[in-house]
Amino acid sequence: MAIIDPRHAATQLIYERVFRTATLGAAILVLLILGGVAISLVRGAWPAMAHFGFGFVTHEVWNPVTDEFGALAPIYGTVVTSVIAMAIAVPVGFGIALFLTELCPPLLKRPIGVAVELLAAVPSIIFGIWGLFVLAPILQKHVQPWLIKHIGHIPGIGGIFHGPPFGIGILTAGLVLAIMVLPFIAATMRDVFDTVPPMLKESGYGLGATTWEVIWNVVVPHSRVGIVGGIMLGLGRALGETMAVTFVIGNAHRVSASLLAPGTTISSSIANEFTEAVGDLYTSSLIALGLLLFLITFTVIAIAQAMLRRLERQAANT
Amino acid sequence: MDTFTPAGTILNGASVQDALMSARAVNVFYATKHAVKNVSLDIARHQVLALIGPSGCGKSSFLRCLNRMNDTIQGARVEGLITLDGQDIYEARQDVAQLRARVGIVFQKPTPFPQSIYANVAYGPRIHGLAKDRGSMDELVQTSLERAGLWEEVKDRLSQTGTSLSGGQQQRLCIARTIAVNPEVILMDEPTSALDPIASAKIEDLIDVLRTNYAIVIVTHNMQQAARVSQRTAYFHMGDLVEVGTTNMMFTNPQQKLTEDYISGRFG
Repeated sequence: MAIIDPRHAATQLIYERVFRTATLGAAILVLLILGGVAISLVRGAWPAMAHFGFGFVTHEVWNPVTDEFGALAPIYGTVVTSVIAMAIAVPVGFGIALFLTELCPPLLKRPIGVAVELLAAVPSIIFGIWGLFVLAPILQKHVQPWLIKHIGHIPGIGGIFHGPPFGIGILTAGLVLAIMVLPFIAATMRDVFDTVPPMLKESGYGLGATTWEVIWNVVVPHSRVGIVGGIMLGLGRALGETMAVTFVIGNAHRVSASLLAPGTTISSSIANEFTEAVGDLYTSSLIALGLLLFLITFTVIAIAQAMLRRLERQAANT
Repeated sequence: MDTFTPAGTILNGASVQDALMSARAVNVFYATKHAVKNVSLDIARHQVLALIGPSGCGKSSFLRCLNRMNDTIQGARVEGLITLDGQDIYEARQDVAQLRARVGIVFQKPTPFPQSIYANVAYGPRIHGLAKDRGSMDELVQTSLERAGLWEEVKDRLSQTGTSLSGGQQQRLCIARTIAVNPEVILMDEPTSALDPIASAKIEDLIDVLRTNYAIVIVTHNMQQAARVSQRTAYFHMGDLVEVGTTNMMFTNPQQKLTEDYISGRFG
């Protein structure tokens, strides 16, 4: 039998206890912070919620002069810009990730990979400036007139490209957001695609599958959880992004069907107006906007979790 | 050793009448490594050819040339001529996907797709459009599983994932998946090295049955296995094909000292 110094054993036991307590404390801290944020948001938003009731989320009017506040426009702007961003960034990011892991010649692999990571490191204010001074004028001069002329008069979908070409607006904000979330989506997806066992891919090729078939039938099913994760990471960033959006969205509290019209998002409204918010109801309404963003993000995560569970069940039954 | 088989030399017993596949002066390079050196070897119909030799002797590299699996390896280069039914499989207009449908492969470790047992077997026929409707697909899946000797064990749970099976069953599932495309040649890269003896024995029995329909090339580290399942054996050493002949002759009366040493267990 090994002879163990009892003092050494006692020290070991103490370290073990300290270690357990420290990790437990860190874990509990997360709950406390989350709870604290939720409580202070609800407390701050309470006056506005009590005053406007459910009408807060269904009214478009946002008038500090008459103390009337409705959150419909910022909610609409937040959702629509994020949808535009995801509609562009998901397929493009998917393509970048697939190219990097499956098709890229080794010589290009590093430069493109590094470029994607650098794109993620660009501060959002830079995207805002670029969007305002470079992208918006280009859209205003070349893209939007074309959209208005060729699609604007088609009944039905024409409504989304209607009105004068401002340059800035919902569409521009969506495009800037797409570029901002693209590297996150591409990098996450690339990392999951890299975890697919080479043997599994070879089995696909060995059956006579083409590269596309191996990607679609082997790589993607194997990494679907990571793909959803990457999309959610991007969506989370798109929903909460403030600075770049504030630059290019036009900051108008109104809901319009046209994507070319200026709008606002929850986060850009808060950022723009918090310093000048006079009166308790105004401040409280802005905090209520924050609470709404909190709830939207929570819902997105909940939906993502539900989707993942469904995917796993499907995987077991296909 | 490098000049063991000069280009153009064909060993006694390397060529056969009416060969299904034929390799002539094949060289394989991985970046700087010369893995297969000037190998010429034929693959006969309805026979099992065993490739044996110590680790790193080039037998797996040679096997992977036969359906161009080396194409998927970065920096791999193949020289020489390989034909299937007289057609050069490395010529530019060869459709690699079609080639691999005709020359299937089973790997060392079982690699079922993370899908149901049914979907695993149906995958190949689906991408090659081999079944017209659901009924004929069901039939194809059943016959493939039957031929792989797995049907009785899985017929009541075709919708379960392939990964839920035991190792030996997974490997037979992979064989069924390969058979389902109806190939002419089945390549097997140490198909039993990850399996226990009982599961291995089942695969060996299966190989003997499959021989009636397919030409089989099997790479194995297990010499008893080579002796049991094959009709011809080829011995590789450091990238060279040292000797090839009927399995009986190779194990009872090898002509080369190297072959004899390896077979009698002096190294390897």
